[in-house]
Amino acid sequence: MTPASPGEHGTPPRVYIDHAATAPLRPEARDAFLDASAFPGNPTSRHGSGRRARGVLDDALDSLAASLDVPVSWLTLTSGGTEADNLAVRGAALAAQAADPSRRAVAVCATDHPAVLETARSLAPGIESREIPVDGDGLLDLEALREALAPGDVSVVSVALVNNETGVVQDLAAVAEIAHAAGALVHTDAVQATSHVELPVRTVDMLSLTGHKIGAPVGVGLLVVRPDIPFVAGLTGGGQQRGVRPGTLDAPQTASLAAALARTLADREAESARLGEMAQRLRAGIREIAPDAVLTAEAAPRSPHVVHVLLPGCDQDALLLMLDQQGIDASAGSACSAGVTRASHVLTAMGIEPDLARGALRLSLGWSSRVDDVDRVLAALPEAIERARAVGALVR
Amino acid sequence: MKVLAAMSGGVDSAVAAARAHEAGHDVVGVHMALSKNRAENRTGSRGCCTVEDAADARRAAERIGIPFYVWDLSDDFHDLVVSDFLAEYAAGRTPNPCVRCNEHIKFATLMERARALGFDAVCTGHYADVRAEGPDGAPSLHRARNLPKDQSYVLAVMGPEAVSRAVFPLGAFEDKEAVRAEARERRLGVSTKPDSYDICFIADGDTRGFLERSLGEAPGEVVDADGTVLGTHRGTFGFTVGQRKGLGLDRPAADGAPRYVLDVKPETRQVVVGAAELLSTTLLEASAPIPFEPLAPGREVSAQIRAHGEALPGIIERADDMLSVRLSSPVRGVAPGQTLVLYDGDRVIASATLERRAA
Repeated sequence: MTPASPGEHGTPPRVYIDHAATAPLRPEARDAFLDASAFPGNPTSRHGSGRRARGVLDDALDSLAASLDVPVSWLTLTSGGTEADNLAVRGAALAAQAADPSRRAVAVCATDHPAVLETARSLAPGIESREIPVDGDGLLDLEALREALAPGDVSVVSVALVNNETGVVQDLAAVAEIAHAAGALVHTDAVQATSHVELPVRTVDMLSLTGHKIGAPVGVGLLVVRPDIPFVAGLTGGGQQRGVRPGTLDAPQTASLAAALARTLADREAESARLGEMAQRLRAGIREIAPDAVLTAEAAPRSPHVVHVLLPGCDQDALLLMLDQQGIDASAGSACSAGVTRASHVLTAMGIEPDLARGALRLSLGWSSRVDDVDRVLAALPEAIERARAVGALVR
Repeated sequence: MKVLAAMSGGVDSAVAAARAHEAGHDVVGVHMALSKNRAENRTGSRGCCTVEDAADARRAAERIGIPFYVWDLSDDFHDLVVSDFLAEYAAGRTPNPCVRCNEHIKFATLMERARALGFDAVCTGHYADVRAEGPDGAPSLHRARNLPKDQSYVLAVMGPEAVSRAVFPLGAFEDKEAVRAEARERRLGVSTKPDSYDICFIADGDTRGFLERSLGEAPGEVVDADGTVLGTHRGTFGFTVGQRKGLGLDRPAADGAPRYVLDVKPETRQVVVGAAELLSTTLLEASAPIPFEPLAPGREVSAQIRAHGEALPGIIERADDMLSVRLSSPVRGVAPGQTLVLYDGDRVIASATLERRAA
């Protein structure tokens, strides 16, 4: 059932160990999409095909609501995590300020995804973005959060549940307690957490999910939010989804998301245990190959699917090239759209020196990962690290 | 061989990579990102550094069927090319940043990395030929078959060791149109891009303005060969030996003949101008020679002092830590800082850096 991804240009099957970037499509998600897309119909049309599409959509929404244990009215479909984050941070902050002009700031975690950080920054000058620092293990400085909220002018606090680079898990219960005491709403980007961490759906006020990290296609996501929270919509259109997020409802994508989420949540405990063991094996193997390797955020709670290490002296472009040449799809943790690797803002915020950050390697596991993948990565790493060190030595 | 192909995003390097791949080499494509802020670089300039260039290179690699990576060499480029460009101008010399980039980025840096990663050779879209006609059959660098496009001059600074690990598939092409035709045939999608000769890191093409902004104004005198002050200037870096236009002098020479820059002296902030014949010399003196084979005084050679210049016949007078050549007829506009390349027929035998003309 696990698809062996075909090798590029006729090479052996590749090891896909970059689930944090995107996960392979789950068979049940693909089946759900194909079944639902076999017939036409706009879910808001009144004819037979429209009603059939609406039926598929309603079943999918019911399934999503059941998986998350929330009413259907809490679900706003989006194009993915970035849009859900935009809606939560911008939409809720603008609405809060409209209702109470003294709410003129948002607070975000310094290591959050650009979908949150850049959205918060884009609110200036009307709304100030306060970036809350993290400690050396990547954990949010709760004291700093308390101070940032002390003036009582913050409308939205946004903290990712699981960091997309390091896998560090934040304590959203503690964040929510502090934020709520200051009258602020709490948003969490949970796109990286869905497969492995219990979702604090009722602890926070807003929660972002995306399909493609859990085996649904790219292009569908979800903001889970109580309907009593006011929003300024990012889009204007035909009034779908209470006008908060207009646009034609996508029955096949939603069905696919529902199938992937149901499977992901049903498998969560078993998968976390399975992948956690594989991750341990990876870490132990890396330690053996490179005794000076630094396991990032070793003291912090981490999601079991991410192995993030810093390999002193290594050049990460070289490291990834060498692994790629061995058929291994890995990541440095972050890459800009132009394909040029820059110092990660996450590692910088954690106080990691640029020289060490240059040797960052992120291996992330998921539903299609097999023990054999780990063995192939460990077999390829010694030469990759040796050569990446040789390149690293050339660069000042 | 395992070959690392530098892919600028232009047609030449794309066809070169395709040819190397077709020749049976195990080819990996790399685009070198050279600018700190690539969005600011000149669109359509040399085809090195814009975001579009990286995308074109990626598409070409995909079409050829080879892996492709972008390497950020912007720090190296800034330190080794841009800073050097400014320092050389400030010292009254006329640097060629493209020669410098070839030497330090496209070859030294790329080859070092290629070797560290286990590659045997580097492939580029330069027009030159590597053969085995050096001493004892050692690899030798030759002019390309397409003489108007020949780039052996700018490659000569690589030195013989690097040449032995370089692959230049375009050396065999008759003309540029044949390269474009092959790109079209291979559907590399870059065949309509224009050539350009601008300096990629000077966004508006205004070199003097760039120098003024970077180095600051440093006013001084324009003098004749006797030291008589003829005018003023805003910085010696605006002048190159042999330059005629833009001298900013309001009165003509006594004999009415045009005046040329004879010398640039940043230490006294003076620009010396004079008649054309004062600019002529038959002696080329150059430092830091890079010989491709043993050289001895008395040998007949042809000398090239500009990227698009002609080869001048002459005889080696000195070949030790300095290289000097006596030309059979005088040449004008020998600019210190430019590269001297010596050929035996179409084979490169040495390169060196031209020094200030002997008085």
